Amino acid sequence: MDWGNVFSQAITQGIGIQAVIFALAAIGLNVQFGYTGLLNFGQSGFLAVAAYGLGVSIAMMGWSLWVGLLVGIAAAVVLALLLGAPTLRLRADYLAIVTIAAAEILRLTFRSVSLDPIFGGSDGINRFADDFYSFNPYSSPVSIGPVSFSENDMWIVTIGWILVVVMSVLVFLMMRSPWGRVIKAIREDEDAVRSLGKSVYAYKLQALTIGGVMGCFGGFVAAIAFQSIQPDYYSTDLTFFAYAVLILGGAARVLGPIVGSVVFWFGLVLIDGTLSNAVSSGTIDFIRNDQVGQIRYWILGISLMLLMIYRPQGILGDKKELSLDAR
Amino acid sequence: MPDDLRHLIDALDDVAHEPGVSKPDPILVVDHVKRQFGGLTAVDVQHVEIQRGTITALIGPNGAGKTTFFNLLTGFDKPNEGSWTFDGHQLAGVRPHKVAKYGMVRTFQLTKALSRLTVMENMRLGAQDQRGESLFASIFPFLWRGQENEITEQALQLLDSFNLAAKQDELAGSLSGGQRKLLEMARALMVRPDMIMLDEPMAGVNPALTQSLLDHVREVRDRGTTVLFVEHDMDMVRDVSDWVIVMSQGQVIAEGPPHDVMGNEAVIDAYLGTHHDKPLTDTGEALTAHHEEQ
Repeated sequence: MDWGNVFSQAITQGIGIQAVIFALAAIGLNVQFGYTGLLNFGQSGFLAVAAYGLGVSIAMMGWSLWVGLLVGIAAAVVLALLLGAPTLRLRADYLAIVTIAAAEILRLTFRSVSLDPIFGGSDGINRFADDFYSFNPYSSPVSIGPVSFSENDMWIVTIGWILVVVMSVLVFLMMRSPWGRVIKAIREDEDAVRSLGKSVYAYKLQALTIGGVMGCFGGFVAAIAFQSIQPDYYSTDLTFFAYAVLILGGAARVLGPIVGSVVFWFGLVLIDGTLSNAVSSGTIDFIRNDQVGQIRYWILGISLMLLMIYRPQGILGDKKELSLDAR
Repeated sequence: MPDDLRHLIDALDDVAHEPGVSKPDPILVVDHVKRQFGGLTAVDVQHVEIQRGTITALIGPNGAGKTTFFNLLTGFDKPNEGSWTFDGHQLAGVRPHKVAKYGMVRTFQLTKALSRLTVMENMRLGAQDQRGESLFASIFPFLWRGQENEITEQALQLLDSFNLAAKQDELAGSLSGGQRKLLEMARALMVRPDMIMLDEPMAGVNPALTQSLLDHVREVRDRGTTVLFVEHDMDMVRDVSDWVIVMSQGQVIAEGPPHDVMGNEAVIDAYLGTHHDKPLTDTGEALTAHHEEQ
């Protein structure tokens, strides 16, 4: 078995594009779910509107990359307000229902045949990000230890991690401020916060919007890295993987989404590589190579369940805090 | 206690002991507030006034509608009809956080200490008009650091007077039931309210602590905050309250100073039942006669 290759693959994914995308999506969820307690089950929708906002602006309208980014952010803000305004006065479950439905509606709209001229149907929008790569300072592939990236991948991964760091610093600053105190208090008990003269609704709307905008950068990174916007990439799987990443790393911890995303993708690719190698070399003969793709998710799922049983607070969480919930 | 505050309490001496009576300097005036749940009328208060600067107890048997009345006044529930003013502000239809901003702050029967925040963070949350509570200012600490220090100073003084200063860095969830009640009261005071409404402050508190809790309630009044509190145990309110309002079946049935109200026949009836001292057969006849009168 080629362990060297398996590990370098796993590390490449653990710090690569997927890890960046899911870290960004999970940072947004962390603001919404981890700190504020909002159940946003439509994070994929925020990534989708950002990606399509960017793609349509550049490919269809012929606008510049920067305008495309602004359109994408504006779309995420509008989505947050549309979802939040009618539901955030209601019980928490309504937001969950509305967001999961809205994300699916968006995906089906983007892939619909009748809107093909704008969104490109199920093929999506392709090869629109050359502008971005024209700024690429890397002129040749880059190797760091066992890991190597092509010059284009290295460029988007660099920008991606800078975004992750900037977002995490923002979350850190916001959550240690009086604003963050109100947000965390809302997670604990809305009525108590109301009784102290704070408009819970306004804060929830702000948290939903900020979380959506932070997450939408994951959509930008995905669109630019793959030079392609595929509607089915933005399915509910994306949202639930982002939740898995957040809970794995530790919700309501600034570094939770980063650690979670790195561990999640490192683990997934490690399981995948190990199984593929074992099957190819005949060490495991009761599964076929084409079954490895499914089985790696079984193993990942079981690992996550074990984590929830033995370390429910996630990798970085604080058990003491969690135990206060069960009074 | 300062003379002007003493004066507000003494003014109650000239007030008649009857339900819905006017007070010389009312901070809260309630008119025709009615709340129905389906066919059940939970609250139907014709008129009631709360004298500024006093401790007023709202008592009544379980199910009298005291907590519902509290919820209505503070905007946490909406009445079917009625209006009320607090310190000149019309409050019908006003959202709970606005009610608090006007200076009327409540606590809850089931304590709402924010478990995963520290005691100090709980306290700071109560302060009003914080610059750092705006999303954009939040990421620039220099905009709110100074105010935060002032708030912390205030919070420490309050925690000190509530014997919680030593606990300031502990998570609120680790406090005992009685300490949580104290924290909730202190946190409400951080709002700097003109009136504080305590929903059963003594419920679930170790009896040994109730006396000190009552002392804190008195202290709050002596600092100039009007106190209205709900309690169902008459004995609890005897020592601490300046005025007692009794509710039963959603209505105000009696008002007066504690010693007077305790002996009021309508109040005893409300707590023990109208015909508690008559044989059962008489009760039946009395009820029939009552029906025929109507």
